[in-house]
Amino acid sequence: MIEHLRPTFALLGGLTVLTGLVYPLALTGIAQVALPGRANGSLVEVDGRVVGSQLIGQAFTGAKWFHGRPSATTAPDPKDPAATAEAPYDAARSAGSNLGPLSRRLVERVRADTEALKAEAGVATVPGDAVTTSASGLDPHISPAFARLQVKRIAAARGLAPETLEALIVAHTRGRDLGFLGEPRVNVLDLDLALARLDPS
Amino acid sequence: MTVFGWLQILFVAALVLATMVPLGRHMARVYAGERTVLSPVVGPLERALLALAGAGARRSQTWLGYTTAMLVFNAAGFALLYALLRLQGVLPLNPRGFDGVEPFLAFNTAISFVTNTNWQAYGGETTLSHFTQMAGLTVQNFLSAATGLALAAVMIRAFALSGTDRVGNFWVDLTRVTLHVLLPLSVGLALVFVACGLPQTLLGSVDATTLEGAKQTIALGPVGSQEAIKLLGTNGGGFFNANAAHPFENPTPITDAVEIWALLAISFALTHTFGRMVGDARQGWALAAVMAIVLGGCLLVAQGIEAGGNPLLTALGVDPSLGNMEGKEVRFGSAASALYAVATTGTSTGSVNSMHESFMPLGGLMPLLLIKLGEVAPGGVGSGLFGMLVIAILTVFIAGLMVGRTPEYLGKKIEAREMKLAMLAQLILPATILGFTAVAAMMPAALASLANAGPHGLTELLYAYASATGNNGSAFAGLAADTPWFDVTLGIAMFLGRFGYVVPVMAIAGSLIGKTRAAASVGTFPTHGPLFVGLVTAVILILGGLQFFPAFALGPIVEHLLIPTGQTF
Repeated sequence: MIEHLRPTFALLGGLTVLTGLVYPLALTGIAQVALPGRANGSLVEVDGRVVGSQLIGQAFTGAKWFHGRPSATTAPDPKDPAATAEAPYDAARSAGSNLGPLSRRLVERVRADTEALKAEAGVATVPGDAVTTSASGLDPHISPAFARLQVKRIAAARGLAPETLEALIVAHTRGRDLGFLGEPRVNVLDLDLALARLDPS
Repeated sequence: MTVFGWLQILFVAALVLATMVPLGRHMARVYAGERTVLSPVVGPLERALLALAGAGARRSQTWLGYTTAMLVFNAAGFALLYALLRLQGVLPLNPRGFDGVEPFLAFNTAISFVTNTNWQAYGGETTLSHFTQMAGLTVQNFLSAATGLALAAVMIRAFALSGTDRVGNFWVDLTRVTLHVLLPLSVGLALVFVACGLPQTLLGSVDATTLEGAKQTIALGPVGSQEAIKLLGTNGGGFFNANAAHPFENPTPITDAVEIWALLAISFALTHTFGRMVGDARQGWALAAVMAIVLGGCLLVAQGIEAGGNPLLTALGVDPSLGNMEGKEVRFGSAASALYAVATTGTSTGSVNSMHESFMPLGGLMPLLLIKLGEVAPGGVGSGLFGMLVIAILTVFIAGLMVGRTPEYLGKKIEAREMKLAMLAQLILPATILGFTAVAAMMPAALASLANAGPHGLTELLYAYASATGNNGSAFAGLAADTPWFDVTLGIAMFLGRFGYVVPVMAIAGSLIGKTRAAASVGTFPTHGPLFVGLVTAVILILGGLQFFPAFALGPIVEHLLIPTGQTF
């Protein structure tokens, strides 16, 4: 026992300094010098103001914008700090819904969202990502199909031609990485920033 | 299954295969105490640390001395991490001003990281300061992984050496695997991650004003450095609550594939290290084949099931072509999510890029099954290999019973003492998982934490205790696990699953290393061919199946059978 104490303290101390301080701080230094934009969260600025992060989804609710997926993030209820309230796209509290596949809450939520979307877009089926919550609650992407589903609403709200919006979606659709990794996707913040430039109203 | 699903599997398999031999060879040199390509860089550091540790820190130890050193070191690591968590409020690098962590949660988290489990009863960005993440969690990510790799060295030497009672020196092994393997790989991987968009900053958060004019607080931190070792060391505790589903931990499908490689790379490479050190590379390939078969089988089921979507939602007018998307990210889709889920539970990583709780019943059964098969396909760094070797010993014993010969593995006779110890180690897993789950299922305090009702609720409990005991750390994360009941019982399960398992395993190694290696004869059962691979696979599946099938039947299997009825809970 006793003979183990010196190596324990020496190596726990030495390796804590090395792996817990030198390693992360040196990397932080390198990253801040070499890639400050990415190392600080890939922030997007418009007119010198931070409007979000390229990698993080944000809540869009107005009819004039492309919307992201439903988000399951919650925050302490301002009225009752012991309870939690819905706070979609809270980027300081990532979380998924963790509802099981046979969960009544899941089925009822999806039923309501699906009915609303079907009525709005005039379609019989909706894309899977449009009515399901993401794992992080901060998914920055939607499927191209979900983006197209929103064209009718946005065209009406902004008085733009649907073809203009379709073209915008095509221009912002990213295919699978290397042709086969992941899924095709549209970054909602990018798309909405482009929309705002196109139609500053 | 889609063609893209297949391509993704092949791509990751090719990456793992490409690094297996060079990495395995490098680790064999590290274990043997030889010079490596990194010696010019890390050699002086290695000598300085061992000099600091004293002269006694270089003499070869008996298995008991080695194991005691490991336990003392881990106990001190636990105490240090517990103290850092409790004192967080007065320590530096706490830009968001978090208080010290509550005692129960600190206990659970400290055990969790020391045992290489990295169960998240905490939410990273809502609980922990940067200092805790770096000097607390990142350190144990390294040290718990290094502990596993050191113990694997002993188990390999048990077969490679003979006629000695000395198994090596824990302090030397610990220092060498940290400096020659874990740290350099982490530095390289972290640089790749930062280049791909993972934050690496000391800022706590940034406030953005969204396009609709709302305020969005975006949590940040030194993510890249922690992500790298979290995967390479099969740890899995996320910087953020959503773990590697969070876009800052895993921003693109490319980082996703690299992450899956990182969590498989060392465990698979170790089979090659084993083969080289026992002087017959085929022995290592045979073990790797068993791991790949079990992992691949579970992967095909999980990808197939998740690609089909949720019939309950399809009936409402949801297009199933993207698969089951609840709890998954669009950039990964169902195929890459199932791939990550299987890889992270086949290893004892527990990092997630999707929420396993929202998988379809049989899709979610695959991660649970991989944990319960004992974390050997390919298992955690080090722990996967010595777990697989225990199963290989069981297999030659069973094969020996069938043909009436004294069982041997690599020329070492397997006798009553080794079998008793192997059974003791094997029984800890089911006894802990099923025992705690059974008790929790009757405790109102435990049931109040469930997020889902019906059979899914039972699976939630089962998954929690399996994940803790198997030192995995992934979760059916709806469970509100930060309660005194779960913090304490899951903490005990993690402790038993790690140290209750490794002490008998080290005793087996101590016993085997003293035996002479018998030369192979015509009557020797070959342990490198397809017959042995098939037998080991069967032993894994039968042992796991017999132990857990009744519990699976009440959880995911009955839930699956209920799908056509449309019943919800």
